[in-house]
Amino acid sequence: MREFELGRAVPRTEDFRLLRGRGRYTDDIALPRQAYLHVLRSPHAAARLRSLETKAAAGAPGVLAVLTGPDAEADGLGTFSSVVQRRRPDGSANFVPPYRVLALDRVHHVGEPVLAIIAESLAAAKDAAELVDIDWEILQSVTETAEAPAAAATVWDEVPDNICFVHEIGNKAAVDAAFARAKHVVREQFRISRVAVNPMEGRTALGVYDEHEDRYVLYAGVQGVHRTRAELAGTIFKMPASRLRVISPDVGGGFGMKGSAFPELALVLWAARKVARPVKWAAERGESFIADHHARDNLSDVALALDERGKFLALRVNTIANLGAFLASMGVHVATNNLGGLAGPYTTPHIHVTVTGVFSNTNPTCPYRGAGRPEASYCIERIIDIAARQAGFEPAELRRRNMIPPTALPYRTGLVFTYDSGAFEKTLDMALELADWRGVAARRAAAAARGKLYGAGLASVIEIAGGPADLPLEEAVEIRFDPTGHAAVLAGTHSHGQGHETMYRQFAAHALGLAPEHVQVFYGDTDLVFHGRGTFGSRSASVGGAAFLGAAQKIIDKGRLIAAHLLEASALDVEFAEGRFTVTGTDRSVELVEVAKAAFVPQRMPRDLELGLDARAVVTPPGPTFPNGCHVCEVEIDPETGVAGIVRYAVVDDVGKVVNPLLLKGQIHGGVAQGAGQALCEALIYDHGSGQLLTGSFMDYCMPRATDLPMLAVASNEVPAKTNPLGIKGAGEAGTVGALPAVMNAINDALLPLGIRHFDMPATPERLWRAIRAVETKKAPPP
Amino acid sequence: MADAIELNVNGKTYRLSVPPETPLLYVLRNDLELNGAKFGCGLGQCGACTVLVGSQAVRSCAYPVDAAQDKPITTIEGLGSPERLHPLQQAFIDEQAVQCGYCINGMVMTAAALLLRDPHPDDSAIRQELATNLCRCGAHTRILRAIARAGGETAQ
Repeated sequence: MREFELGRAVPRTEDFRLLRGRGRYTDDIALPRQAYLHVLRSPHAAARLRSLETKAAAGAPGVLAVLTGPDAEADGLGTFSSVVQRRRPDGSANFVPPYRVLALDRVHHVGEPVLAIIAESLAAAKDAAELVDIDWEILQSVTETAEAPAAAATVWDEVPDNICFVHEIGNKAAVDAAFARAKHVVREQFRISRVAVNPMEGRTALGVYDEHEDRYVLYAGVQGVHRTRAELAGTIFKMPASRLRVISPDVGGGFGMKGSAFPELALVLWAARKVARPVKWAAERGESFIADHHARDNLSDVALALDERGKFLALRVNTIANLGAFLASMGVHVATNNLGGLAGPYTTPHIHVTVTGVFSNTNPTCPYRGAGRPEASYCIERIIDIAARQAGFEPAELRRRNMIPPTALPYRTGLVFTYDSGAFEKTLDMALELADWRGVAARRAAAAARGKLYGAGLASVIEIAGGPADLPLEEAVEIRFDPTGHAAVLAGTHSHGQGHETMYRQFAAHALGLAPEHVQVFYGDTDLVFHGRGTFGSRSASVGGAAFLGAAQKIIDKGRLIAAHLLEASALDVEFAEGRFTVTGTDRSVELVEVAKAAFVPQRMPRDLELGLDARAVVTPPGPTFPNGCHVCEVEIDPETGVAGIVRYAVVDDVGKVVNPLLLKGQIHGGVAQGAGQALCEALIYDHGSGQLLTGSFMDYCMPRATDLPMLAVASNEVPAKTNPLGIKGAGEAGTVGALPAVMNAINDALLPLGIRHFDMPATPERLWRAIRAVETKKAPPP
Repeated sequence: MADAIELNVNGKTYRLSVPPETPLLYVLRNDLELNGAKFGCGLGQCGACTVLVGSQAVRSCAYPVDAAQDKPITTIEGLGSPERLHPLQQAFIDEQAVQCGYCINGMVMTAAALLLRDPHPDDSAIRQELATNLCRCGAHTRILRAIARAGGETAQ
């Protein structure tokens, strides 16, 4: 078991099947008689449906049914909910648009589902879609974040100014006073681009209605099956949750987006009942771009006040966050709940933030790896670099001067969070060492000799995980032994690439001394797992680990009674360690596996104990965790072509206790790739007038590739969290949180000699080339 | 209309009645129940559907089935056996290059074709070969290392 202990580099137990093509993703499941669903989507950003004629489509060969918005209305289907509520300036609750499974009489973004065609084959359904006749009255649209509040176009009649909410936190008076007496005041506007989540497995759903049980089954890749069940059963179909089973098999990436319930999940279930056959829908890639929830997309005015020694006195942030046309279930959460990261690992005493959430004729925005955390870290880390240049400080030194010292922990920051632990300056030092920060000047000179612009950027970041801050969400784990002495671990979390099967086997080795082959891990099935929140917000290791320990303790407690009976000793004298119960001070012992077998044999059990050995625990941690780290990125830009490349990258993370360095580094690599992708190349662009999405395929939307990423140097500075028994902080989002600012700080450092004060993401060759040409043109003498 | 198509996949011969222009991917997944190749984009832009036709890596989502008739087709299911993994499969395990697993078929099969052409590719050859295979989990650097390992080289 020692090779599976916490902290060991345990290779994933998932890979053997995945590398032989034996994964089972939703589209790999084919049921007898399954029909295919095609969604006809809005081609317009804003329009009214004057009329909708579906007769010809309904009569087309192979078509089983055509379903419309009015049909859904007639069947009483509900609208999707928005979890977080905020207020308008007048104190009223924010408007929650009616987020229907199919549009009723008006569409609000390109790609909005208008009707569903179910047919014998996908081809037949698509052919029939050509026969649908819709008379559209095209309306004015607005897609740009900055323009939404004052736009002529109104997304919802109920909200003439397109302002969903204005959310204000922090101490405005203290911030204003600090700015008034500051030696240096630094201001800049930052734009965080809109991105597509683009898991390689597009969203897919297979719906079944079982007439025998009068019950539905949904197969779909989602991040939390219980949450999906609650939303679909409770909110959309208004039926008991027990009448819906949600199964999420292997999932080809979630990244936050697959945490939301979507119209198509409801459509396949509704359609399955209508046509009395299983119904499958699988997004094609072009469809994903216009039908998935998007992410990020905000505009922030950031101002930092410093005294003469560079101490941060106050931070002021005004953000406009683009929510899209509808509110994704966690859309308002992203815009308003992870703002605490703006404090960074710094002592800035006063922070004031105003977030204006706006509607636009775009896809709803949802959590995407970081969900507000990278955006917050970007604002503080970018403004620090600009301040360093403006006020004449070395960037690392300026950060160091403001870092929360270890002696000050736990530390209540100027905004929302109280950090339990961390060693921020040491993490910074380790990162500078790992990156050879002192060598930057030499590398810059060498690059310059080759005609390249060279930039180095760093970011010291911290984010919340396992939250929310005031009352963290619970997680559930059940451990069930069977009569052969093997254990089933049933977890409420969900793995979509993170390697949780391996992680829970490590927890089982740690807490129960079980060999990995004695443990089978289950998740992603509401009939198997009794409860769960799911996987998001870097929470699964810390909260799932705490829940596992809770259940394991119950197993040990009962196992001790059984062991005492088998060993003919008093339970008080029986201790448990490394998978074995031992009578204290003797060599008399029995393994947990043997105890589990005995638990099913009446003759071997104490009379007063229930047969069997199983336990479940629902654990709510006393507080969230705060993963943190320091990223150092170095880039080269070719001024002739505008092509930028990351040439060196180093990360030192403090994710608390490391469960498995192999899994951890994989998470850091992935996070950095996603952050670097957004910084260097990704962006969803809408056409200004028509509201059409211009970047709707992999040819127009640039994803980071193998050629874009250098080998990463990754090290850990483990400072255990104090808010969960294993000391884990979480690692899923840390890479992205650090990469977004570190990469853009490096790009901006490279552009500094040209006199460019701030350059927004994405640093595509075209945008860089234009920026470089623009300053050259300005500098050139008049002809 | 549907014609009789004869395919040799992973050493087995199949006779199927499918329209000749049907993408090979659909035939593999829907008719032969070989689900290792994945639908990622349907346009040959992501690589998740890659299989070998002869010794060439092809994007099976955009490759008509009748073009694959005369050559042996290898999918990831036929690359190695559970008892004897292909060196690439073993290297991907050794380098822990898999995360969600969805793109990984394409990475392995693209690399398999590369190794047939160039048994010891250097880092830049590997990066170039994988330039059009997308991975959203960001496992790229480990994938590069795994391929280098299978080719007996060290990634940079």
